[in-house]
Order: sequence, then C-alpha cells, then structure tokens
Amino acid sequence: MRYLPLTSQDRNAMLERIGVNDVSELFADVPPDKYLRDLVNLPLAKSEFEVQQEMNSFAGASMPANSLPSFVGCGIYHHHVPATVDHLIQRSEFLTSYTPYQPEISQGTLQALFEFQTQVTMLTGMEIANASMYDGSTASAEAVLMANRITKRNKVIVSGNLHPHYRELIKTLAHYSGAKCATLVPNPIGHEELIQEIDDDTSCIVVQFPDFYGHIRDLAPIASAAHSAGALLVVVVTEIIALGLLQSPGSMGADIVAAEGQSIGNGLNFGGPHVGLLAAHLRHVRHMPGRICGETLDAEGRRGFVLTLSTREQHIRREKATSNICTNSGLCALAFTIHLSLLGQCGLKRLSEVNHANAITLADSMAEIEGVEVLNRAFFNEFTIRITNKDANDVVETLAKRRILCGVPVSRLEPDKPELSDLIIVAATETNTAIECETYVDHLKDVLQ
Amino acid sequence: MAQEYFSKDHEYLRVSGDTATVGITLHAQKELGDVVFVEGPEIGQHFKAGEAVAVVESVKAASEIYSPIDGLILEVNTVLESNPALVNEDAEGAAWFFKLKIIKPDQLTILMSRTDYEKFIAESI
Amino acid sequence: MSINSESRPIPSFLANTHTPDTTTFSGNKGLELEEGLIFELSDNLHKSGIDIPAPSNCEKRLGGLERSGDIGLPGLSEPETMRHYVRLSRKNYAIDMGLYPLGSCTMKHNPRLNEKIARLSGFADIHPLQPQSTVQGALALMQMLASYLLELTGMSSVALSPKAGAHGELCGMLAIKAAHDAACNTRNIVLVPESAHGTNPATAAFIGYKVKTLPTSNSGTVSLEAVREALSSEVAAIMLTNPNTCGLFEPEIVAIANEVHKAGAYFYCDGANFNAIVGKVRPGDLGVDAMHINLHKTFSTPHGGGGPGAGPVVLSESLARYAPLPYIKRDGDILQLVENQLEAKLDGKAPLGRLTAFHGQMGMFVRAITYMLSHGSDGMRQASEDAVLNANYLRASLKDVLTQPFGDKTCMHEVLFDDTFLKDTNLSTLDFAKAMIDEGYHPMTVYFPLVVHGAMLIEPTESESKANLDQFIKTLRALAREAKSGPPERFIKAPIYTPRRRLDETTAARKPRLSWKPTSKVDKVAE
Repeated sequence: MRYLPLTSQDRNAMLERIGVNDVSELFADVPPDKYLRDLVNLPLAKSEFEVQQEMNSFAGASMPANSLPSFVGCGIYHHHVPATVDHLIQRSEFLTSYTPYQPEISQGTLQALFEFQTQVTMLTGMEIANASMYDGSTASAEAVLMANRITKRNKVIVSGNLHPHYRELIKTLAHYSGAKCATLVPNPIGHEELIQEIDDDTSCIVVQFPDFYGHIRDLAPIASAAHSAGALLVVVVTEIIALGLLQSPGSMGADIVAAEGQSIGNGLNFGGPHVGLLAAHLRHVRHMPGRICGETLDAEGRRGFVLTLSTREQHIRREKATSNICTNSGLCALAFTIHLSLLGQCGLKRLSEVNHANAITLADSMAEIEGVEVLNRAFFNEFTIRITNKDANDVVETLAKRRILCGVPVSRLEPDKPELSDLIIVAATETNTAIECETYVDHLKDVLQ
Repeated sequence: MAQEYFSKDHEYLRVSGDTATVGITLHAQKELGDVVFVEGPEIGQHFKAGEAVAVVESVKAASEIYSPIDGLILEVNTVLESNPALVNEDAEGAAWFFKLKIIKPDQLTILMSRTDYEKFIAESI
Repeated sequence: MSINSESRPIPSFLANTHTPDTTTFSGNKGLELEEGLIFELSDNLHKSGIDIPAPSNCEKRLGGLERSGDIGLPGLSEPETMRHYVRLSRKNYAIDMGLYPLGSCTMKHNPRLNEKIARLSGFADIHPLQPQSTVQGALALMQMLASYLLELTGMSSVALSPKAGAHGELCGMLAIKAAHDAACNTRNIVLVPESAHGTNPATAAFIGYKVKTLPTSNSGTVSLEAVREALSSEVAAIMLTNPNTCGLFEPEIVAIANEVHKAGAYFYCDGANFNAIVGKVRPGDLGVDAMHINLHKTFSTPHGGGGPGAGPVVLSESLARYAPLPYIKRDGDILQLVENQLEAKLDGKAPLGRLTAFHGQMGMFVRAITYMLSHGSDGMRQASEDAVLNANYLRASLKDVLTQPFGDKTCMHEVLFDDTFLKDTNLSTLDFAKAMIDEGYHPMTVYFPLVVHGAMLIEPTESESKANLDQFIKTLRALAREAKSGPPERFIKAPIYTPRRRLDETTAARKPRLSWKPTSKVDKVAE
C-alpha cells in the first residue's frame, strides 16, 4: 500500500522491541468476541489510476455550473476564483499544518489569520472578527447564542426573509437550548415590518442583508429600535461581495455580523466546505465563540502572532465555554484572504459593480417577458421573479433539461408555503456573460409561451 | 481593626462590621500565573456560599471565585477590569474583587485564620 | 514598506532570554525572510491583482445604500501577492516536512490524489441548490461514503451534514435529546470522564445538559464501578472516547454500554480516535448509540491550519429516525435529498431539525472516499495496525527515559507520558516541547489530557517509517538525558532556530490587538 512506509521486516523488528509476537496482541483490550478477524466487506486497495477512473465516473454524472449557464444563488454563488488562490492554499505548509498551537512554527498561518480578521472588520464595518466559523449558517446561529449571552435574554426575533436553512438551524438550536424563537412570515416583496416585534424580552433581531429575496433595506432604523429596547441587531450576509458596493452593516448599527465568505476565494463545492465570518464590537469579545488571533511580541521584541483569549474556548473552559467549536475553516479563510488581497479595494469594488450591473441587465430583460414579474426594486446581484402563467418548479426543471440552471424555486426551501410556490430566485454574477443571459431570457420566453 | 478569614478555595475575607472584602490570596495568584482578565459580579446580586461570583483568568486557565459565605454584593473593584495585572502585584491589597454584605455571620466560623490557612497550603503541596 | 512600529514593552522575564545574533541590514537571514502584513505592503488603493472587465453602464439600484469612503484594502499585483503568501507559508511547520506527533489530532499523510479528485468539476463546481436531477453523481458519492462508514462502524444510519467533530457531537447529542423528548423523558445529566476532550462537556452544556464528571481510574480508563455509581434516572447519556485520550482502549466498554442502556440512557462515543480501530473492531458491536467520525483525522482530509473538517455521525437503530435534515433517499434509480420535515414525516422519520445550510462538507467527502478506495479494506486495517504498532514502538523505546502516568502497558495509536521525569529539573513540559522545535520536530500534544500532570501525548500515525521513528527516538532520548543532567538553557531559551522565539501571550490577552489599524492615519490627524 503506497501510503504505508513500514515493511514486514520493519514490523517484525518493531514487534520484537515491543516484546510481542503478533500485532493482534496490541489489541488485547478489545473484547475477543468483538475483535474482527476478517476484513470488513469492502473492496481491496486500488492503484491511483484505478481510483481516479472510479471517481471520474461519479464526477461525470453531475452537471457542473461552469459548463452551462447557471443563475443559482441563495447563499452560495458562482464566482471566478483566481488560479493563484488555489495554488497557494495547496502549499504543503498551509495545507498540511494543524491549528497553530505552537506559534513559533506557525507564524504563517497566524499572520494570515490576523490579515483575515482585519479584512473581515473592514468589510463588515465592525471592530473585531474571529478566525472563522464553519460557514455562514452556523456563524449566524452562534451569533444568536452570543447575543443571548451578552443581553442575558433569550427571545430571538428572526426575519422571515432570512435564508430558510439559516432560520431552520437557528430554530433547531434555540429549541434544544431553551431559547424562544419568533420567526416572521416571509415577505418576498420586501416590506417586512420588523420593528414592532421588538419588546423588552428581546435578545436580538436577526436580519439578512441583502435579504433572501434579494432586497436591500436600510438597517439603521431597526438597529436603533433594537438598541432602545436593550436588544442587539444581528446582521446576516450571504453574498459577501455585496459589501464591496453597499454600506457596511457596522455603519448601520449592527452589533454582530455573521456572514458566508464563500464568494471570495471558495468554490461551490455542493455546499461545503465554506467559511463563516463572525464580527462584533470589541466590548463583546469575551462572549465571542471560536478562535481569535492576536498580535504580540516575541522574546527578542519582534512582532508575532498568537491564538489569544482562549479561556473562552472549550479546551479550557469545557462546559462553561462560549461554544463547542474547535476545528474551524482555516484553509477556506486563507483562500478568502488571498483572493481579497489580490482584489484589493478597487478590484473588489469593480467586481461588485460587474455583479450588480449583470443582475440589473438580466432583471430588466426578464421584466419584459410576459408571465414574469420582477419583485425587486433595490437589489445587488440576486432578485426574485414571479411566474404568473406556469408552474415555477416545472419551469426550473424544463430549463435544466435545456442545460440552463435558471435559479432556485422558492418552493424547494419553503415547501409548506404554497403562497411562495410561484417564485424563483435568480442570481447573476461576473461569470454570467451577456450571451448566457440572452440565452436564458430566450428560453424562458419560449417555455412560458 | 478588620478581622481576616480564609477559605479552602484560596479566597480571603477582610471583615469590618457587616461588610466583607473578598479577594484571592497571594498563594492563589502565584498558582494562577499572570492574570489577564477578571470578570466581577454586579452590584446588588445575591450569592449563597459556594456559588460562583467572579472569574479570574490566566492565559491558559479560567478559575471561578466562589462566594465563601452568603451575601449581597455592595461594591465591585472595577480597576481590575482595566488592570488585571494588579492581582499579581497586590493580591491581598488593592486587588480585592468585591465587597459583600454579610447575611449569616456564623458562616465565618467555619473559615480559617491566616495561620490555619498557611498550614493548609503547606499540607496540600 | 512600513512595519507598524507601535510596540509593547518586553516583559522582563522574556528580555532576559535575548540572545544577540548576527544582524543583517535587511532583517532577513538567508532563506528566512521577514514579511510585513499585507496592509503594510501597499498604500495604493487603485491597484489590483485581478483584471475585471468594466461593468455595463447602468444606474445602480441600491436603495440609496451605496458605500462611501474607503474600505482600506491595499492594492497589490499578482506577483506581489503571490510572494507575500509564499513567504508566510515558509514560517509554518507541516506534515509534509516532518513528524507531527500531535496526540488526538492524527496528523497523517494527506495524499495529493485526494486534492486532485476534490477539484474535479463534477464535485467542485456544482451548486447545492441546482435541480437534484443534475447532481446524481454527487448524491451517489455521498451514498457511497455513507455505506462505507456504516460498514466500518457497524451502525444503522449516518448523518453526513455535520461540519466538524464538535458539530458532529452536537448532532449526536441532539439526536439523543430528541429521542428522550419523544419518550417524554426529562433526564438532564450527561456523564463525561475527566479525561474527555473539552468539546464533550461544552457540547452537552451547549444544549442545556448538566455535566457530571466521571473520575479516571488508576489505570487511565473509566471503570464500570464509577459509571454504575453515577448512573441514575436523571442521566440522559454518557459521552465516552474510545480509544480514550490516554491512548487506551476502554476494556470495560461493553459492560459500560449495557449498564448505560439498562439505566435508560444512551451511549455517545467520541470518535476522534477511531483511526486506531478501523477494520479491527466496530463501534456498533460495542453498544455505541451515536459516534462522530472526524474525516480530517481518520480519513486524512487535510487539517489546513485549523480546518475545514467534517464530522459525519453514525447512529444506532434507536436514534436513526432523529437524524437531522437533509438525508438521501433512494427512489428507484433516482437519489433524492430529503430536505424538509414534511417529506421526512411521510418517510416515517422525525428529524431533530437542521444543523447547517445545505448538505455538508462535500469537498471533504470526496477526499475521504478517495482515501478509502485507495486503501481498501485491507489497507485501512493495515493503517490501524501500523498506527498502533508505531505508537507502541515509541513507548517501548522511550519508557526508560520518559515516564508513563498509568504504568507501562500496551497503548493504542498514541502513547501518553507525564512530567515526572522532569521532577527535579525546574523544567516544564512546555520547555521540553519547545526544545523539540529546535530539533526540527513539531511537539506532541502537551497538557492534555488534563488528568495527567504535564501530559505529553504522542501520536506518530501510520505515516512514519521505522527510520523516521528511530531518529525521533534518538532525539527524544538525548533531550531527556540533557533535561536531567545538562544545563537548562537548551530548554528555557528554546526555541531559538525559529522565525519567532517564545511569544508573550500574557500581553496578547491583557491588551488584545486583534486587527491591524492604519497608524498613519492617526499620525496625519495628529499633524
């Protein structure tokens, strides 16, 4: 087996040093009737070529988004990741190192994390950020629990226009951890009334920006209403590139920002792994979950970086920790940081302008199709259409057969709300060329005739 | 003149009238190493003997400070929030954690004197 | 280039250890290159390392919420960015460079075939919400991974979506809570041995359970007696790691499982150390009800400097119906993701809810199944045996110079030492670990498990050759000898040959500086 260095000669010599005759003696504590004497019922070892052939056949049985026009978003977006990013994250020193517990020989990872944290604070307009969470959804749930710790309250108000999977996750954790969760009804035209829901028991209000249906709204009034009731505003961002063009959540009064960072540096990957961003105010740092990297000096007075404030974490605080999180998304955070460093401020701005412009062009040509209603006035790179004369699900399936991934039917995520079943959420990014958009519009016209 | 008492959890109480000033002992701060953070209680909170009142943290450890007796928090030493190093510099002086209003004075009788406490430390090493 | 020069006072204890070295004009030392933060490399905000065609001309529709002012991200070309991160990378130790014997972390070889396969377009470029008819290959791969995990564990169902080990623990414990809730049980205590990973008590507390700590016996295991004593009608579950964090197989595990079940509680197994027993014994045969599997440990998906991981959870028959959304169902020739409660109910299931958006760590699934196919059932069994053999070889070769807390006995995939051998030296486990760094090794896990004073937990994994181990043994023996009789400088000043010496963690925690701040702006205002 090519990955195992020991030869049978080595093994025998080692057994002799240990003082046993057979390796099975090393498993003597396994109850004899449970010890497997035969191999488990799985195929035997294969060569690299054989494995590759087998995996190719799985890979070939799906339709990748980069092989056809794709307008699927809803929390994960198809963007171009520069070759440099993938090369750098595959360097052995980044790919095959552990969590930087020995800072003297982990300055590479630590400095990159420090850069990551700084970039996240710049984008979100917040004071601090941690070294990443699993993804945007789990970061949002952690943000809610963090708000509960800060306010010492446990009633959470969740916008109906928060991504339904995120809502489900928050609801699940709230249910089992004894918090109350008030979820509002989705409002696909973007006129959700949130402020009136806030009361004196409210720990936080969770709002997505831009929201699930693509709408953009000013969060400042929600923030001030929350603050005057002693509650916090948690802002969720699923398309982080939007913040290249939009006001930061921090500037509108957010207390905690939880975001999915996939759009920068990370591919679609069928939904994972991705990278969760979590940012907040410095005064709340001790309530923050996850690892945090900080700056300090070494014994010779040179600047260096360490994991810090770790008494919040499970390996020290155990049952009193802020969270049970241990492994985060280190390598995805690195990809994020490298891609954003390549972009720089002007690159990010340009990228978000192209996304926005492509979405506007697509939305405008769709609005002219009979049987299609565009629901958004203000949006970034994603908007919602209503199909008025056909079943929306059928439209999506029909277009998929014509090799166009036209968007996400809302019914897939909100199956118990028939009033939303005529909606499709459409995303356009820099990867969607004018020709792709025209193809989409032509076929949609055709299908709706 | 204030009366001193010590707990097995390495807290000291300096009692004057019905008020006890509580902190951690010199021995405890030495065991903890460099203190990096102190989280105190809120004024007006009630605690029973043995309940966790405050948290004191070093780089790699977090320790709870337990209330040695029942009491009501009268005052909290906010200096420690911005200057946790004071715990290392002056544990039994300026770095007191909080002041308690004593509710059951007879609870003091099960605590140790300084001599007993020093004996207790010597034995536990 | 301007390095942010606002500095902190050097604590006196550190200043003492300053060794004057031959300084260079640049600050670099040959191949060892100093590198500032990316923000210090450029103050040009109008440059970029990526060319993006201009947007079409149209009026923005941002509801009056367009960002004004600078974000502050510096502009750098591609070569500048490339060089910056290559320079940073060289300040890291890695498995590809040498032995990385972190106990409990399983730093084994990461085959590059796995990376190549994970980047195939049919895995990397598919969207989790595109029509299911267009992702049948991906679903088939997930199904295959699930069936392999079930075969290796002897359990009846698997939840693939958890994103890491601790997330898997959460999933398993929620399934247990859901099962108790369904039976109207209000049990609120979870038993956790004191040697457990911190994630175990943190997970139990996270979902409202009270944690009751089980003592570790003199032999480093959990005794049936202690479990019996702690069990009551209030106990919801026990969380046990097997092999445990002392590197030992729990010898009474079957009896413990029976006792736990008799008391109406469930048995959660922390599967962090599953890599020791793959193909040798199946957790399902031992009475486990739920166990997470760290794909980034046992099945070699790379650790990436702290993640991403993946933590699928296998469940016993009694918990299977509570598995979270989504799960995969076969409908004739078609594989279907069940993504909502309505459908799941029709399917006779009672999902505990949802633990993440989408379907889990596909990128890690691909790497793990590639590893499994490469090894095959024979290679996986051999890997477990070699991992255990390597650990015992280290034990046998070091037992006379290092000290073992529970006496000399056969270990599994990792061997645990304590700091007794350093007793009269004034040196700590940390000093010993730092001296290993100067010798070119990543230290073992130190100060864990907490039950052992000055713990040193060494996990060599199956990826090490005998020659490598012999070299490592030679070095550790020499260090142990030096610690006992030589001058202490080698230890207390270590590490010396690293990009940075020991770092002042106290100041980092007392006065946290968690992001870079443009000091120049402050200066300008002051001017």
